This record gives sequence, C-alpha cells and structure tokens, in this order.
Amino acid sequence: MNGAICKLKRVLLIFALVFILPAWCHAGQTLTLMTHDSFNVSKEVIAEFERENDVVVRFLKSGDAGAALVQAILSKNNPMADLFFGVDNTFLSRAIGADIFEPYQSPMLEMIPDRLKLDNENRLLPVSYGDVCLNYDKAWFKEKGIAPPTDLTDLTRAEYKGLIAVQNPATSSPGMAFLLATIGKFGEGDYLNYWKKLRENKVLIAQGWSDAYFGHFTAASEGDRPIVVSYATSPPATVYYAETEPEEAPTVALVTDDNAFRQIEFVGILKGSKNVTVARKFVDFMLSKTFQEDIPLQMFVYPANSEANLPEIFIKYSKVAEKPLKVDPAAIETNREKWLEDWTNVMLR
Amino acid sequence: MNEQSRNSLRWLVFSLPLVFLALFYFYPLTKIVLFSFLPEGSWQPERLAKLVASPVYFRILWFTIWQAALSTLLTLLIALPAAYIFARYQFRGKSLLQAVMTVPFVLPTVVVAAAFRALLGQNGLANDLLINVFNFSVPPIRLDQTVYFFLLAHVFYNYSLIVRIVSSYWAGLDPNLRLAARMLGASPWQTFLRVTVPLLLPAIGSAGLLVFIFCFTSFGVVLILGGPGYATIEVEIYRQAVQMFNLPMAAALSLIQITINFILMWIYARLDTKSKSSFYSASVAGGAVRPVTSFARLMIIGNVCIMLLLLVTPLMALVLRSFTGQEGLTLVYYSALFSTEAHSVFFVEPIKAVANSVGFGIGAMLIAVVLGLMASVFLASDQGRRKEIVTSIRRYKSSTTLWDALIMLPLATSAVTLGFGYIITLNAPPLNLRDSLALVPIAHALVAFPFVVRCILPQLRQIPQSLREAATMLGASPAQVFFQVDLPIIRRAILVGAIFAFSISMGEFGASAFVTRPHTPTMPVAIFRFLGQPGEMNYGQAMAMSTILMLVTCSGFWLIARLDRLRNALR
Repeated sequence: MNGAICKLKRVLLIFALVFILPAWCHAGQTLTLMTHDSFNVSKEVIAEFERENDVVVRFLKSGDAGAALVQAILSKNNPMADLFFGVDNTFLSRAIGADIFEPYQSPMLEMIPDRLKLDNENRLLPVSYGDVCLNYDKAWFKEKGIAPPTDLTDLTRAEYKGLIAVQNPATSSPGMAFLLATIGKFGEGDYLNYWKKLRENKVLIAQGWSDAYFGHFTAASEGDRPIVVSYATSPPATVYYAETEPEEAPTVALVTDDNAFRQIEFVGILKGSKNVTVARKFVDFMLSKTFQEDIPLQMFVYPANSEANLPEIFIKYSKVAEKPLKVDPAAIETNREKWLEDWTNVMLR
Repeated sequence: MNEQSRNSLRWLVFSLPLVFLALFYFYPLTKIVLFSFLPEGSWQPERLAKLVASPVYFRILWFTIWQAALSTLLTLLIALPAAYIFARYQFRGKSLLQAVMTVPFVLPTVVVAAAFRALLGQNGLANDLLINVFNFSVPPIRLDQTVYFFLLAHVFYNYSLIVRIVSSYWAGLDPNLRLAARMLGASPWQTFLRVTVPLLLPAIGSAGLLVFIFCFTSFGVVLILGGPGYATIEVEIYRQAVQMFNLPMAAALSLIQITINFILMWIYARLDTKSKSSFYSASVAGGAVRPVTSFARLMIIGNVCIMLLLLVTPLMALVLRSFTGQEGLTLVYYSALFSTEAHSVFFVEPIKAVANSVGFGIGAMLIAVVLGLMASVFLASDQGRRKEIVTSIRRYKSSTTLWDALIMLPLATSAVTLGFGYIITLNAPPLNLRDSLALVPIAHALVAFPFVVRCILPQLRQIPQSLREAATMLGASPAQVFFQVDLPIIRRAILVGAIFAFSISMGEFGASAFVTRPHTPTMPVAIFRFLGQPGEMNYGQAMAMSTILMLVTCSGFWLIARLDRLRNALR
C-alpha cells in the first residue's frame, strides 16, 4: 500500500511542477507576438528592440496563417498575445469582421505606399508583400526546346500538357492565392472554364507548397513538373540557398502584367493587450528600416516600407509584378466557401 | 480486504487518468463543440445544412472508413508473420531491426513522401532501373497520387505497431498448450489455427484497432501521397475550420468522427473482455530460441527481406539524399546545419533541437506510461471479482467496457478541434496553459496514452488471477502483489508502450501544429522550417535533419532494448 501511495505522491509532484513552473517563468516585462509558422526575423534585429525598450519579445507560433488567425479570434475575450502578424489580404475581411484589432495610426505609415494599405482605419498595417506566380525550370525548357509560358492563358495549350503543378487552395495559402489570381484574371464567370481546361491538360494538384516544390518541381526534385506555382521571390531564394552560387537563377518567375496575385501581410495590435504602449512601439519598429531591410532575406518577401533598401540578390534576381491581379478582400471572405467548393467540384470530384 | 475497500482502491488508481482526461480532453472538447454550435448562444442550423443536403460528406465518410479498414488488413497481413519470428526466434540483428522498424513513426509525412518518391516516383530508383534493364520508353511504375501509394505508406508507418504489440504478447503465451495439442495429434497448422490464433486475438485486436484509428484520422499521408482527390474526415474538418471558418460544420464532423470510433472501440472492448484467456507462463517469457528447422530459417529470411524492402530502403534513400549534393557525395548540408552563421531568431543548433525533442518525448512518455498503467490496472481489475459476485458481473463489465472505449477517444479526435478547444478553455489560472510549453507534452501524452493502454491491457488480462490470489494468501499487500507479480510480467508490454509514446512525441507535428506554443524548435519543427523555402541548401538540410532524427530515435530504441537484455542477463 505504501508503495502505491508513494508513487502517487511522486506523480502528483510531477504534475505540480508541470503546472506551476510555467506560471513562475512568466515574470518580467514581455511582449508577445502571435504569428504563423513561416514568420522569421534576425536575432540582432529583435535584440535591438529588446535593448532599447527593456522588454523581452516572445513569439507564439500557431500553425499556418489561417489556423493562427482562427486561434487569435477564438481567444478574443482573453488574448494570448499583444500583437498578431500574418493576416494577409485573403484573410483580411475575416480578421476585420471578427473585430480583434485595435486601430493604430503609426507615424511610419507615411513611408508605406497607399496601394498596400487596405484597412482605412489602420487596424491592420502592411508589413510585407509577395507575388504568387508561376515559376519554371529554365534548364528543362532549354533542353526540350519548348518555349516557356508567358501568360496564364498559355497553360491550357497542348504543349504544356502534364507540365504544371499547383497547390490545393483548400490546404495551401499560395494555392488559394493562385485560385484568386485566376478569378482576378478571368472573372467569376469564366475562371472555372479555365480550370476545366487545366484539368484536361493534366495539371497536378499537390497538397501544399513544400509538396509541390520539393516533391514535383523538376528544378528542385526528382519530379516531372517544370512549371510550379510559387513566389516571385523564389528565384533569388534558390540562388541564396544554392550549394554554390550559380551564374544565374535556375528558375524564372512569371510576373508579367496580370499574371501574379499579390499577397500583403499585415500586423495589428490585439484588442485587450496589456502592453499597448510597447506594442505600438513594436509596430513602429516593424515598419522601420531596420526591421524592413531584414525581411527579404529572412522571409523572402518584399518590405512594405518604400525606403527600405533591398539586398543585392533581390535586385539582381527578382522582379516585382508591375500590375498584379486584384480581388477585393471583402469579396474573398464572402465567396471563399463558394469558390473553394466550386473549384473542388470541378477539379477533384 | 473487503469488496468495498477494494473497489475504492480501484477507483483511486483510476482517478488520476480520469482527472487528466477530464481536464485535457472532455472539458476542452465539450466547450469547443458547444461554442461552435451556439455562437453567442444562438443555434444556427443553416450552417450545417450541407451536411445532409450534399452527398459529398457521405462519400468522404465512406472513403475514410474504407481506406482505414483496408490499410489495417494489409498491415496485419504483412506484419503478422514478422510478429511470429520476433516472438519465437533469436537471430542476428534482431534488436537493431526492432529499433529501425519504429523509426517511420517519427518521420514527418513530407519526408516520408520524399523517401518513397526517391524510390518509386516517376524518376525514382526503381523506374530508372527498370528503364535501363528493360528499355521501357515511359516509367513503368506510376504510383504517385494513387491509392496504392498511400496504402503502402500506411503499412510503412504502422508495421511496427502490429509486430511489437503482437510479438511481445506472443512471447508470453504458454508453450505447453501448443505442445499438448501437438501431442494429442494436431498438425502444426491445426495447432496454429485452433490454439495459437485464438490465444493471440486480444493482442491482434488491440494492435489492429490502433492501426485502424491511426489511418482513420490520417491527414498528410493520404493527401500528399494519394493526392488531394482523396480526403479523409480529418482533412475536411481542417478545411471547414480553417479555410471556411465554419466552426459548426467542423464540430459536427468531429463528433461524427468521434462517434464512429467510439462505437468501434466499444464493440472491440466488449469482445476483448469476452475472449479473455489466462495462459501466461512465467517460465518462458521472452524465451526466444535460435532457429533450427529450415522452415524457421526461411521464415526469418523472408521477413527480414520484407522489412529491408519496405522499411529500410526508403529510409536509406533519405540518408543517401542527405549526403548527396550537386557534385556527388558531400557533407555540406551537415556542416550548414551546425554552422552558427544563420542569423534567424529561430535558428537552432541541431543539438538543441535534439535536446528539445528528447525532452518533450521523455515528458510525454512519463505522463503516458504512468496514466496508461493506472488505467490498464483499473480496466483489468474487473476480472477478479467475477467469481465472487456473479450477479453484478454484467454491470461491472459494461462499466469497464465503456471506460475502455472512452479512454481511447483522444486518439480518434481531430487535432484542429482539440487544439481550438484548448484556446477557449485553458485560458485562466490555475489552468492558464494554452500558451505554455507544458501543453506540448500533455497534448502528446493524450495521444500516446491510449497506445500504452492497448499495449499493457492484453498482457495484464493474461495474468491468471490465481497467481495474485496465491500472493495475497501468502500475505502480500495489494501494492506488493502489483509490484512483485503484475509488474514483472507486464514489463515488456510497458516497454513497448513507452517506446511508442516516446516516438509519437518525437515525431508529432500534427497535434502540436494546432496547439499554440512558444517557439521551441524540435526536430520536426526544424525540418518543416527548411522545407518552407526554396533552394538546394534548404532541402539538403531538411534531409540531414531527418537523418539525425532517425539516428537519435533509432539509437534510443536500440539502447533501451540492449539495457533490457542486459537486465535479463544479470538476473
């Protein structure tokens, strides 16, 4: 009997430790940023902010962009964090509708071009943007002697049969952006016809970006698809992360007019934050040159601040879409379910 | 000791698992379901209309059940012969094979997909070989995005589950029964079918049930290898919750998923208590022998070949990939992994990621084993009273059956739903855990705990009550009986349970992906970070990290097996 009680005591002790320790570790002034799994920033940059404001910045990662936002909405009455980074224009309306952000008229907004600002009350402030577009394998097309595509409409042509990999918009954020690109380009009435033709042209639908790029793209895997949906900044990333720096980027991003969808990522101060003053400083900091110039090589997207200098690798290998395709954020939230259902019915069922 | 105090002791033992389940499972789940169905207190049935109006959901449900059943059958078919040789024979490399076998459990789906594609993909090794040898003009193997591909992966993932659970049980069966049957004139085949198989059923059922639930809630494997055309309920729950933000629908689908699994587990638990047979023999436990007959040798060679083909080649393909750069063999990915040049705040030295993973793994394992052991003792302890109070058997039995099915539920519950449940429940002191690191091992333990129960329970039920009664009669207290009679007998089963609990935690990305957590890089998290950006170095480092993950897991298991053998030898 004694043995059992002793054991029980030990277990209870372990439990007590598990419960009490976390509470005890939370002492001191901290600022919590809730974000998605792809968020990244340099150590020195964060250290600078921490030093200047005498605060510890803590990061909460909560799954992909969609899952993280839902978790922020669910914790509305008792927020887990002071700030949330990672709402993009495809989820903007959902975030605004849930009323979880506090407006903040940051002085840094002056340096951000108006075309990136989508919330006129400044509850969500643009931090970075990237263009979702087609990437193709330069060497593959050269070797086969086929001309690479120059427009989304090309993809329905016979010579590109079986060459394209896209992501499922229901499980992938670039996949969703690409679906929106086709809606922006062909309009609500016609985009499904385009997809029907893509289906006839044996388009491959992968679960997510990693699966499509590292699983099927000829330039990055043993796969057999020389065209893949990725980002305009993927070519500089392939150069940056190459084993030995190549002469030129092995892949090309198709950012000609009306062929890319722009994803803008926003930061916002969560309602109910207990550190509003520091949170505001952090927003200013995120929009400042220090942070903005760190964005390209950490997250491989463009900084929103027009005064931020781009790293050489971006200037050399990357282009911004001059005229990206646009879909109104409010329309996205209203129609998301319908578009996804229709797409799924046409493509998968 | 009278009946009443014995019963209260029984419940005392069960109280801890019960509190754990209530706090971390039933409470968050109930709350999120209510919250989803009644946002701001109003019931909105129109958001659920599609569930009955569209035939799609019925098809998804049917597909989920069909693929899980088929995967389970296939895994049983391929893994049971291996369970036989692991139970009966001692051969070279056995403990290493046993360790390697469990490795798939810790590997992220994208990585496993990469391994299979390297072997069986369009431009994979097998196709290259066939094209070179037979001059095919197109790759003859076209598995990618087909049913066969993910069925194969399900077998790959779950093979060790069947082998480990069944073989550890098999080794404890009394060989005298088999010998008696043979002496009475039964052929080896008759003996096997009429004696051994019926005796093995509890273990086969336990293992099969786990495989079924695992495949039932499969998310990435089906999607990545089978292609997006095949979606399970789990996928649909994610789609509804995250993409469509239709929480009522997600909650309804979660409930359907839970209900189906509950019914299944309840039926199983009923059958399991009925088929109870106490034929434990302490004298031979673990007494594997060297193979002498040619049949035995053939069996061993055949099974080892299957294991090499099914398990080792894909894993080796990964290892090979982590050492292959553009210009042949290279260590560049490993040196990059260890370089401190990376400036990211989330950069983590591999050593640190290993330490974090192992730390969470041990935490989850301890919680799961302690709770699983307690729950198993509770569930197994109804057998003793059978003789004493015949009239109330039915009542006791149905109550334990119910508990048996209930504690399995966390395994069958969608990670998204439960994760969201944590957000809205564990948000105030004393349980302000939703953004605490403690939640990670807890969430892992919740999934691992049913595994431990399923490993231990059949073995515990196999112990003849007379053994315990003899000990009691000789003056042993209930605790002494447990520690000196039960525990040594179920030691192996605990070991198997602990190994699975540990590996579930080491590899778990699914469940923790929906638990908000402060950034603590584990090995799977690091792998996903590398796979999130283009570039040769990223892919190479992901493969290198996967190799380290395999190595750490494998050596951990091997070490445990060695220590166990050593302990046996010393006794």
